[in-house]
Amino acid sequence: MNFELNDEQQAFRHVVHEFVAREVKPLARHTDETGEFNWTAVRKMGPLGLLGLEVPEAYGGAAVDPISAAIAIEELAWGCASTALAVSAHNGLALGPVVAYGTEAQKEAWLPKLATGEGRLAALSLTEPGAGSDLQGGVRTTAVKQGQEWVINGSKMWMTNASIADLMVVLVRTDPGGGSKSLSHILVPADTPGVIIAPAEKKMGLNGSPTHAVTFENVRVPLENLLGAEGRGLQQTLSTLDSGRISIGALAVGIAQAAYEAALKYAHERYTFGKPIAQHQAVQWMLADAVTEIQAARLMVYWAAARKASGARYTQEAAMAKLFATEVSERVCRNAIQVHGGYGYSREFEVERMYRDTRLMTIGEGTSEIQRLVIARAIGR
Amino acid sequence: MKVVVCTKQTPSTTAVFSIKNGIVSWDDPGGKPNVVNPWDEYAIEEGIRLKENHGASDVIALAIGGEESKEALKTALAMGCTGAILVSDDAFAGSDAVGSARIWAAAINKIGDAKIVIFGKLTIDDNMGVAAMMTARKLGWTPLTFVSAIKSISADSITVERLLDDGKETVTAPLPVVISVVKEINEPRYPSFMGIRKANRAEIPVWKAADLSVNGGTGAAASKVDWSHIFAIPPRVGSVEMIEGDSIAEQVKILVDKLFEEKVI
Ligand SMILES: Cc1cc2nc3c(=O)[nH]c(=O)nc-3n(C[C@H](O)[C@H](O)[C@H](O)COP(=O)(O)OP(=O)(O)OC[C@H]3O[C@@H](n4cnc5c(N)ncnc54)[C@H](O)[C@@H]3O)c2cc1C
Ligand SMILES: Cc1cc2nc3c(=O)[nH]c(=O)nc-3n(C[C@H](O)[C@H](O)[C@H](O)COP(=O)(O)OP(=O)(O)OC[C@H]3O[C@@H](n4cnc5c(N)ncnc54)[C@H](O)[C@@H]3O)c2cc1C
Repeated sequence: MNFELNDEQQAFRHVVHEFVAREVKPLARHTDETGEFNWTAVRKMGPLGLLGLEVPEAYGGAAVDPISAAIAIEELAWGCASTALAVSAHNGLALGPVVAYGTEAQKEAWLPKLATGEGRLAALSLTEPGAGSDLQGGVRTTAVKQGQEWVINGSKMWMTNASIADLMVVLVRTDPGGGSKSLSHILVPADTPGVIIAPAEKKMGLNGSPTHAVTFENVRVPLENLLGAEGRGLQQTLSTLDSGRISIGALAVGIAQAAYEAALKYAHERYTFGKPIAQHQAVQWMLADAVTEIQAARLMVYWAAARKASGARYTQEAAMAKLFATEVSERVCRNAIQVHGGYGYSREFEVERMYRDTRLMTIGEGTSEIQRLVIARAIGR
Repeated sequence: MKVVVCTKQTPSTTAVFSIKNGIVSWDDPGGKPNVVNPWDEYAIEEGIRLKENHGASDVIALAIGGEESKEALKTALAMGCTGAILVSDDAFAGSDAVGSARIWAAAINKIGDAKIVIFGKLTIDDNMGVAAMMTARKLGWTPLTFVSAIKSISADSITVERLLDDGKETVTAPLPVVISVVKEINEPRYPSFMGIRKANRAEIPVWKAADLSVNGGTGAAASKVDWSHIFAIPPRVGSVEMIEGDSIAEQVKILVDKLFEEKVI
């Protein structure tokens, strides 16, 4: 057992940290307040490799190991959770299945420009107004073969990156009969006629990560845009989410780390009863719990990533890491506000944003309840 | 065309400088490791651009220093330099600026065929800003300091813009040249993941004193600089005065009067 990152992973962390400290963190508040996506920083991420983390080098990707990929998202989230979510969804949710299931032609067509930042980003669209946790029973968006084309009709919800994406990976029903083999993934270029992107949702947090309802009205794409096997959409989705959950866990750790650092700093600056509040035991305990829980969460995330790297099944590990890390992050951000007292409730202080941002993490890519369901199923076997 | 970029490993810009009993130390409160001298990042970037835009065949990063300087060279490789060489020998320790210039010149001669050598404007640890000039002198090449743009390069000459205190100057000089660059010249790229991986696997050759034909004295013994009395400059004392006034216009008038009075403007 070895708890040290290797030289390459340490170097990655250093470079991403420096990049985020200079290009992302200083703009986090502006990004939240205006809802403007931080394209300036994201454009610079392409050459660094942040937009093709696990894409093979042959397609212009960085081909980093899963732990390094988690580190990248953790560091981005330390700077700005909105930007981190966009990059996480782009890499893990959207490019992930293209790498895993795409044909040579699909990979050639999409990966080089999406991984290098020449194009815009990519999105994965599973959720619908009536389908979130229960995709198999709930997805109503259909794709029907007509000649050499798929014709797609239906409504999707909560599509992260929809308005800043070139490519949408869309989960559709290809067999009206239903069942676990009735769903498929189809690649839809975002500019295809009939793709209607609604204005960005007004959210509690993550305001710099645009989320949209998207309607598909007689959207026609060639048959060869089917991603992976027909009828394997649900299985491909579950496998994609395994990987995505490591990323959301890492994102939650990054936000928690930032909130903890802010609280620690404030605790040394703020005086009550003649001493810095960092010297009151009640405050010390909040900080001690935070640093302990963050480290535990981080290790679980890296552990799940290491399982993934080893080629082993990691469904349970990813669910456990995501469940624990996201709940920890919520607690740490809550207490970071507590340490700030009244100021923590003000938009003038960053912990207020972090608390709003991290709230999604126990919901997106499978709620905490769904993670427990996944874990229970795994241990029930 | 070969390009050599001379770099140095220095403490990070957030490191805190302190002096105790004549001994200088640097420590970063955040525990940041040493970095490539920030000014050299512009030199490295410009070297890489000479390869990308002007057909340079090799861009070699060169450093003089201890084994730990390999970290700075790895950054240069990760950014896109094609090769890196470390010059490291106990005999060179404590060299003054002239001694260092002799070592730079000997290493550049050993690399051979270099047409352009690039330095950052200065290094943040000793702040002298003479390395480019002195190395040019030792090589017998033309020095072009404070370069803010490379305008054009032909087979045997280079035209650059220099950023001087009283304006900009465009000059042409025959190759080879030694240039020093200012930060206006470019925006250094971040090392890429792919670059980091390549850099981590790269073997960086180490040249010893015996590998070089250094012309003249080097090391502490030959140093003409005497470090016998090192002390911290006492902190500046001053005071802050908040300017009161009924309107912004009035406050500005009072401020301007005071600035005249103090001969600031
Ligand atoms: C900001 C944001 C970004 C998003 N980005 C994307 C995206 O890019 N792509 C995408 O496809 N989706 C995205 N989503 C959607 C997200 O994945 C879903 O919201 C999530 O999966 C939950 O689904 P739901 O909202 O339909 O909730 P529901 O499934 O309706 O769940 C409601 C509640 O019931 C509980 N519940 C449901 N079933 C069970 C059960 N069997 N046992 C116990 N409890 C249960 C849930 O845990 C939850 O507490 C995003 C959502 C948000 C808010
Ligand atoms: C929306 C809003 C409305 C408000 N309205 C009013 C109002 O109408 N009138 C009014 O007067 N005030 C008002 N307040 C101020 C509010 O009462 C204070 O914010 C609150 O009392 C905490 O004080 P503080 O913010 O100075 O935090 P601090 O006193 O600085 O506390 C910071 C942290 O240190 C902890 N701490 C401090 N001392 C100790 C100790 N001895 N031992 C252990 N832990 C300690 C605190 O529990 C907290 O976690 C309002 C605040 C907000 C945010």
